[in-house]
Amino acid sequence: MSAEGIILQVLNGLDKGSAYALIALGLTLIFGTLGVVNFAHGALFMIGAFCAVTLSRLLSLSHVVIDETKTDFLGKPLEVNVPYVFDMFGPETGQAIIDWSVPLAILFSIPVMVLVGFAMERGLIKHFYKRPHADQILVTFGLAIVMQEIIKAFFGANPIPTPAPPAFSGSFDFGALIGMENIIYPYWRLVYFSFAMIIIGAVFAFLRYTTFGMVVRAGMADRETVGILGINIDRRFTIMFAIAACVAGLAGVMYTPINPPNYHMGMDFLVLSFVVVVVGGMGSLPGAVLAGFLLGILESFASMSEVIAILPGINQIIIYLVAIIILLTRPRGLMGRAGVMED
Amino acid sequence: MLGLNQKDTKLLIIVTAMVVFAPFLLNPFPQGSELAQFNGGYPDLLQRFMIFGIFAIGFNILFGLTGYLSFGHAAFLGVGSYGAIWMMKLVSLNVIPAIIMGVIVAGLFAVVVGFISLRRSGIYFSILTLAFAQMSYQLAYSVLTPITGGETGLQLKATDKPIFEDLAEGEIGRANLFGIEMGESFKLALGDWVFTFNFGYYIAAVVLLISFYVSIRIFRSPFGMMLRAVKSNQQRMNYTGLNSKPYMLAAFVISGMYAGLAGGLMVAMDTQAGPERMFWTASGEVVLMTILGGVGTLIGPVLGSGVIKYMENIISKINDNILHQWFSIMPDGIEDFLVAVIHPFVGKGWHLTLGLVFMAVVIFLPGGLVEGGQRIGRLFNRKKSESPSSAKAEAAERGV
Repeated sequence: MSAEGIILQVLNGLDKGSAYALIALGLTLIFGTLGVVNFAHGALFMIGAFCAVTLSRLLSLSHVVIDETKTDFLGKPLEVNVPYVFDMFGPETGQAIIDWSVPLAILFSIPVMVLVGFAMERGLIKHFYKRPHADQILVTFGLAIVMQEIIKAFFGANPIPTPAPPAFSGSFDFGALIGMENIIYPYWRLVYFSFAMIIIGAVFAFLRYTTFGMVVRAGMADRETVGILGINIDRRFTIMFAIAACVAGLAGVMYTPINPPNYHMGMDFLVLSFVVVVVGGMGSLPGAVLAGFLLGILESFASMSEVIAILPGINQIIIYLVAIIILLTRPRGLMGRAGVMED
Repeated sequence: MLGLNQKDTKLLIIVTAMVVFAPFLLNPFPQGSELAQFNGGYPDLLQRFMIFGIFAIGFNILFGLTGYLSFGHAAFLGVGSYGAIWMMKLVSLNVIPAIIMGVIVAGLFAVVVGFISLRRSGIYFSILTLAFAQMSYQLAYSVLTPITGGETGLQLKATDKPIFEDLAEGEIGRANLFGIEMGESFKLALGDWVFTFNFGYYIAAVVLLISFYVSIRIFRSPFGMMLRAVKSNQQRMNYTGLNSKPYMLAAFVISGMYAGLAGGLMVAMDTQAGPERMFWTASGEVVLMTILGGVGTLIGPVLGSGVIKYMENIISKINDNILHQWFSIMPDGIEDFLVAVIHPFVGKGWHLTLGLVFMAVVIFLPGGLVEGGQRIGRLFNRKKSESPSSAKAEAAERGV
C-alpha cells in the first residue's frame, strides 16, 4: 500500500471521526457535569441537521410572479417562483444566500439548540439527577424516540438532500498540496474537519481559560465542595448542558451536505458515539475526542478493499471489535479516570 | 401447588386463565362493528403476545433480578431463530426439535457473550452487549450470508428436504407438531362474534405458561435470592467470600435461552428468520416492554409486551378515515380539528405515542404498570378499611 493510499484513508476517516468526536464530546460534557447518561444526544445531532433543512426551506420560500417577457409552450405568460429573499436582497445576493444556507444555519441553529438544551435540562433531566443511571438511559431513550417521531411527522421519512455551497462542492487534489499524487478529496469534508477542530478547540479553551470554565471543571472534580463555596453550580451545569446540545447541533448542521439527513440519523450515530465515549473513557474529554478520530480512521482503513479481502466483513464490525478489546484490556477506556461509573 | 406458595399459585392460575381465554377476552367487539378493529384476538397478534412475553420474561430474569441492563438481547433471539430455521430446513418440520435447537444455539452464544461481557458492570456491560449484538447483526447482514441468507433472510423453500420428512417434489414444507399445522384454526361463531382458536397460538401459550412457571420458581429460589443480592450490593457479596460470577453467568445464559426460545417459537409460527431481528432497536424494544410492565415483577414483562404489541398493531391501523368516522357526530369544524390533533399520534405515528407513554411511565411510575395497578388497588383498599391488617398486607405487597 502506497503512502498516498494511507493518507487518503486517514483523510476519509477524519470526517466521520469528527462527527463521532463532536457527539462524544457533548456526551462526555453532560456526563461529566450532570452525571447523566444522555441517550437523547443523537437526537440533538439530528435536530441540528434539520435546523439546516428548515433554514434552507425558509430561505427558498417563494411567491409566484407572472413574467410577461417569457411565454410557455402554450403562449401564455410564464409563471415563475421568486423566493422572497430575491425581493429583499436582489437576485444575485438572494441566490448566494440560498446557496450558503448550510453555513448560515450555524447562526440559526445556535439559539435553537440552546433553547432545546435548556428546555430538556430544566424540563426533564433535572428530575433525574438522583435516579439510577438505568432510569436516565430509559427516559432519554424515550425522549429520543419522541423527538425523532416529531421530526418524522414534519419532514417525512426520506433523507433530504441539502447541498453544500457551490464554492465547496466538488473535490480537489489534496496530494498536490503536499507534493504527492492523486489524493482526491471533497472540499466539504475538509471544511467539516476544520470546523470540528475549531469547535473542539473552542470548548477546551472555554473550559481551560475562562473563570466560568474553571468553576465547571472544579464542579466536575468535586461538586459538593464547589457548592459549599457558595457557587451556584447547578446553574452552570445547566449552561454546560446547553453548550453540549449546541456542539451536537452544530455537528449535525455541518454534516448535512455529507449525508442527507433523515429522522433516524441521530440514533445511528448515538450507538457508535456511546461506544466512542466508552472507548475513550467515561468522563474524559480528551479521551472522547481521541477515540472519536481513532475509531473514524480505523473504520476507514477497515473498509479498504485490500483489508476486506483478508478479513471479510471487518469494515462492518471494526468499531465494536475495538471497543470490546479495549474494554477488556483497559477497563477504564483509553483515558478514563478511576471511580467514574464503577459503582 | 407445584411447589409454589398460595399467592404465586393464584397468579399462575390467573395468567393461565387469561392465556387460555385470550381469544375470547381480546375479542370483545362483534364482527363488522365499528369497534371491531380494536379486537386483538386474531391468531397472528396473539402469537406475538406470547412470543414477546417469553422474551421479556427472560430479559426480566437478568435485568429485574441482577440490575444488569443488557442492550443487546435481541441477538440471542436472532441466533435462536437461525438455529430453529436450519433445524426445519435440514432435519424435521416438527416444531419441537426446531425450538429446542433455537434454545441450545442461543444458550451457547449467551455463554460466550456473557463470559466476556460480565467482566464489566454498569454502562460498560450495556455497551459490551450492544457491541456484540451489533456485530452479530452486521455479520449476519454481510459476511455470514451463506448461513443467514443476508438481507432476505431464510425461509422454507421447495428445495429444502428435511431428513425426517418425505415431501413431494416441489412441495414447500410447513411447520407442524406431529402432523398438525401451526396455521390450523377453529372458528367459533356466536351471534355477531367470531372467535378464532389457533393451534399455533396454543402451542405458544403452553410454552409461555411453562416459561412463566420457571421464572416464578427462579424468583423464589435461593439462586434468585443470590441474584437480588448482586443487585443490591455486589461488593458486599464479594467481601463475604462469595464469587458472584457463576451466578451472574447462569442468569445471563438462562436469559439468553429464553430469548432463543422466543426466537425458535417465532420461526415455528412464521417459518422465516432475518437479521433485522437482531438490530439494536429490537433489543431496545424488549427493554421498553419490561420497563413498561414493571421491572423485577413476575407479571410485569408479560403485561408490558402485551401492551406494546397491541399498540403496535392496533394504533398503527387507525387512519384519518376512521378518525373522521368516530367524530362524525361532532360539528364539521370540531371534527376536523380533533382529527388533526390526533392524527400525529396514530397510524404511522404510533411510535410517538409509544415514546410518550414510555416516558410518562419512567417519570411517574418507575415500577411500571404493575406499580400503577398496585397504587390503584391500595387506593381502594384504604377506602374500604383502615384496619391495621390492611397495612400489613400492603407492606407484604411492597416486599414482593
